[in-house]
Amino acid sequence: MNTAAIDIPHHDDHGPAKGIGRWLFSTNHKDIGTMYLIFSLTMFFIGGLMAMVIRSELAIPGLQFVHPEFFNQMTTMHALIMVFGAIMPAFVGLANWMIPLQIGAPDMALPRMNNWSFWILPVAFGILLSTLFMPGGSPAGGWTMYPPLVLQTGDAFPFLIFSVHLMGLSSIMGAINIIVTVINMRAPDMTLLKMPMFVWTWLITAYLLIAVMPVLAGAVTMLLTDQFFDTSFFLAAGGGDPVMFQHIFWFFGHPEVYIMILPAFGVVSEIIPTFSRKKLFGHDSMVYAASCIAFLSFIVWAHHMFTVGMPLTGQLFFMFATMLIAVPTGVKIFNWVATMWRGAMTFETPMLFSLAFVFLFTIGGFSGLMLAVAPADVQYHDTYFVVAHFHYVLVPGSVFAIMAGAYYWLPKWTGHMYNETLAKVHFWASTIFVNITFFPMHFLGLAGMPRRIPDYSTQFADFNTVASIGAIGFGLSQLLFVWVLLTAKKGAKASDRVWEGAHGLEWTVPSPAPYHTFETPPKARIANEAFE
Amino acid sequence: MTTASNDPNFEERYYVPHGSHWPVVGSVGLLFLMIGVSSWLNGADAGFYIMLTGFAVIIFMLTGWFGTVIGESISGLYNAKVDKSFRQGMFWFIFSEVMFFAAFFGALFYARNMSIPWLGGDSNNFFTNLLLWSGYESTWPTNGPGNIGGAYEAMPPLGLPLINTVLLLTSSITVTIAHHALIAGKRTQLTVFLAATFLLGFVFVYLQGVEYIEAYEHMNLKLSTGIYGSTFFMLTGFHGMHVTIGAIMLTIIWFRVLKGHFSADKHFAFEAVAWYWHFVDVVWVALYVFVYWM
Amino acid sequence: MIRNTILSLLGLALAGTAKAEWALNMPKGVTDLSLETYHLHMMVFWWCVAIGVVVFGVMIISLIKHRKSSGVAPATFSHSTTAEVIWTAIPVVILVLMAVPTAETMVKLEDSRKPDMSIVVTGYQWKWHYKYQDSDIAFYSSLAQSSMEARRKQSGVDPFAVDNYLLEVDRPVVVPRGAKVRLLVTSNDVIHSWWVKDLAIKKDAIPGIINETWFRANETGTYRGQCAELCGKDHGYMPIVVEVVEPEAFEAWVNSHGAEQ
Ligand code: HEA
Ligand code: HEA
Ligand code: CUA
Ligand SMILES: [Cu+2]
Repeated sequence: MNTAAIDIPHHDDHGPAKGIGRWLFSTNHKDIGTMYLIFSLTMFFIGGLMAMVIRSELAIPGLQFVHPEFFNQMTTMHALIMVFGAIMPAFVGLANWMIPLQIGAPDMALPRMNNWSFWILPVAFGILLSTLFMPGGSPAGGWTMYPPLVLQTGDAFPFLIFSVHLMGLSSIMGAINIIVTVINMRAPDMTLLKMPMFVWTWLITAYLLIAVMPVLAGAVTMLLTDQFFDTSFFLAAGGGDPVMFQHIFWFFGHPEVYIMILPAFGVVSEIIPTFSRKKLFGHDSMVYAASCIAFLSFIVWAHHMFTVGMPLTGQLFFMFATMLIAVPTGVKIFNWVATMWRGAMTFETPMLFSLAFVFLFTIGGFSGLMLAVAPADVQYHDTYFVVAHFHYVLVPGSVFAIMAGAYYWLPKWTGHMYNETLAKVHFWASTIFVNITFFPMHFLGLAGMPRRIPDYSTQFADFNTVASIGAIGFGLSQLLFVWVLLTAKKGAKASDRVWEGAHGLEWTVPSPAPYHTFETPPKARIANEAFE
Repeated sequence: MTTASNDPNFEERYYVPHGSHWPVVGSVGLLFLMIGVSSWLNGADAGFYIMLTGFAVIIFMLTGWFGTVIGESISGLYNAKVDKSFRQGMFWFIFSEVMFFAAFFGALFYARNMSIPWLGGDSNNFFTNLLLWSGYESTWPTNGPGNIGGAYEAMPPLGLPLINTVLLLTSSITVTIAHHALIAGKRTQLTVFLAATFLLGFVFVYLQGVEYIEAYEHMNLKLSTGIYGSTFFMLTGFHGMHVTIGAIMLTIIWFRVLKGHFSADKHFAFEAVAWYWHFVDVVWVALYVFVYWM
Repeated sequence: MIRNTILSLLGLALAGTAKAEWALNMPKGVTDLSLETYHLHMMVFWWCVAIGVVVFGVMIISLIKHRKSSGVAPATFSHSTTAEVIWTAIPVVILVLMAVPTAETMVKLEDSRKPDMSIVVTGYQWKWHYKYQDSDIAFYSSLAQSSMEARRKQSGVDPFAVDNYLLEVDRPVVVPRGAKVRLLVTSNDVIHSWWVKDLAIKKDAIPGIINETWFRANETGTYRGQCAELCGKDHGYMPIVVEVVEPEAFEAWVNSHGAEQ
């Protein structure tokens, strides 16, 4: 067998360095991937605790725990931390671990820069979190940072701007690394259309990142100069326009939401075929659909701005373009269902999370489509209906896909099977509670509850209580996840292939994956890994 | 150590460096830099020195990091694939810079085609003009209906800006000649034209400084001159910063040329800087057309 | 504090379900356009339900029938151009069906020409100012005193005991039934958004810009709304109350109000 021969460690190969240096100075994609994942989980907890503050305050009408200003700080920080600190780094972590393994590369293309992309993040979030202790508190203008309100931030203001710059810097370097790795480092037989879906979706995501993160940097730079150097970008008296910020922000912001979902699509596209024991249906059309989504994501941004007073033609254009995104997204959903159709399914935890993903993301997508209907969005905009929409696509969407991916690849990382029973409990608790938390928010929004308020009229009381109970349940359920992770090495030894139906290069290396893999490209193994 | 000479699989074996402390040093530098600038902007004088410290650490990191890479390159650790990674990485980095500038060009475009006409009563903004800014007519350049920053003169496209255009375009030619000289192995020609390139770059920066002083002292054209001043200085300013960085990089490359670095087939760093320089040049052309001319 | 919470929870259990305003869906509102908006909302909703039934239906059938434990062998197909064309084309058709009526409503929504009256609405941190264009009526409208006291942190006042908690103002806007009212919305500081759901209007109040919108209420009554754009610490405390009255009553209000000033 040539497979075995290739993975024999090379004579000048050495394992991980000892001590803290291994992590601080690492150029190893697996170590860096691990650090990304741990960082992201930490941020998920911090962001989640802030969500708990929000939900506690909103549990019943009247102001019980926090002042309105602090409430707004929690909302703002919760979102910034979840978006930039939890979801995005989690996907970069998965990419770091899996892309080299899936395409047969020895490491990421630019390993030192890879380390830097990661180590910028603790600096960025350290700075951001430190604003909680500054005079005037942390930013409270919403994660969208609209001027002129955001200019009323206290001392935290420049720290906010520069931490966003750092997050952007990290993302851009991470994205460059991923593109170069995928384009340049594939094993010789792996043509672009043979690449696994996770690699494909990440490639497209990386393009999106490089295209929009600098635009966000530009937008916040304009905020900074408006505040400190008297420019007039967002000042009507000077010929600017506060709404201009919203255009620039959402030019970044809308692709950003696809940055948070495309890798999720990729993960799910890996898992569903494995546990259906059937090849992914319509691999190529999945690729085209993802590209279409990425392209469309650049021309829909103003659907976040249907109430700002855009000219009619603008509103119509953005409405139609937005609705169109349902088509390629639909193709993805249908292809997943077709993959399951007449398969031989089993329901291990990764599959359960993926199935819940398909169901619940679709529901979130539907509410997205409703939001796209501009006259109706006049009613939905800035209400809890929007909050319901985006938590459906982000929590049982992105977060569930991350969980699914973590369970799916965990045995490959640790070499042991995790505790399947506990994992299933984690799954069911999460799924039940996530719906209890976010489903009632649809009703709240339709009944007229605005978002970003610390207190509300009594008619909204019941559903808020339900949502808060759900949120605490969901939060506590995540402790189970941590428990499963902490005990992950106690389980039975995992085989190389781990899952019966798994296909792809990553399953041809031992479990746990050795510190160095594919130091020379695996040849002639790719064809064997195809399903036919 | 495996090297090209004794490894039959050299072209297949991608060089993966082991452990590097430079990135973490860079992060520490960034930490100081960002905390420094922020607290300086908030009015704490100490911030300025923290910022300088951070800046120094970053320069130290860059020197060390690039030094390591140069060392590895010279000792022959990089095969063709590594070289390709660097190239592609540089390309996408430049693309990200293009998008950064796009944000500011977008702001300029938006102001000129949307917000200013609207403030003048266009489209669905009849009442904006009538009730809030009556009497304001949309024109370009403008410091807005509030006459922010007071009366000013617009920067004419002729004179210094035109000279600067010629300088930068010439420098793009000289760097290309230098590149060809490098490939043809004509080291003297390479040295001379590379020097010409960064000298032109520095002269550009100098002249831009003169232009800024003129604007501030005699034309009352400032960052605070409404949207015209904002877009003018932010666009030309960020561009100028890029020219400065580019010229410094060219200078470094020049010293490396003097030390005998780069060969006809291996000169990634040279090319990277040359691309960067062309990029800076293209941005300038766009600036000259959209900021100075139109 | 814990006792308070428990008490409030109890109160909530008792009072909650009895509340008349308790609602699940978007209100139909009191203007032609709010009704149209409602219908658009329901139309898209039912389309989503229909698609959901099909997609989830197929998926659930698959989950039940095509499981390994029932002994099936996996099929080997992985591609079908026909199927893919169909499930690209059908959504396109559905979207076109949705887009046409939506665009029609959109056009009407933006047509604020020839109003019967105009009011300039200005947002402030954190209150609204109204100025009737054709008369000299102008006033601020802020959160009512009753809510003001109850809203304070741990005020001890039970929100359920306050009428229209957080949705009451000291001076409501008054407009005549059946008149086309144009609102000219702007702001004095940060961005706010003027929203009354029964009128199906939400328009951002942007400093330096005036946005137009309009409504024509068909029924008299009191309609409540809130600021819908984060505008700082008291964003949750700047409600809007619109009173729609018969034209004669409006006449009378204008006269008495004019005298008041
Ligand atoms: C992962 C993140 C994510 C994803 C994937 C999406 C997906 C979509 N979003 Fe969402 N959105 C957000 C995150 C996301 N969104 C966030 C964070 C906000 C709020 C930001 C803020 O203000 O703070 C937001 C806000 C938001 C708004 C603005 C609301 C407002 O503020 O008023 C709108 C409006 O159009 C919108 C639309 C859509 C649409 C049409 C999709 C589509 O991509 C959905 C497509 C999917 C489907 C439609 C389901 C599956 C398809 C089928 C089964 C095929 C057949 C279906 C039909 C033909 C109907 N989103
Ligand atoms: C990107 C991803 C993301 C994720 C994962 C989440 C996760 C959650 N979000 Fe978040 N949210 C946003 C993105 C996200 N959110 C954005 C973009 C906004 C808009 C902000 C704005 O308006 O500017 C927002 C706003 C937002 C609001 C509206 C605030 C407002 O308008 O004022 C609410 C309210 O309920 C909310 C709730 C939650 C909850 C309960 C979770 C839960 O899923 C979190 C669960 C996780 C944990 C709880 C942590 C883990 C567990 C522990 C730490 C153990 C201890 C637990 C307990 C003691 C219970 N979010
Ligand atoms: Cu005013 Cu929110
Ligand atoms: Cu969007």
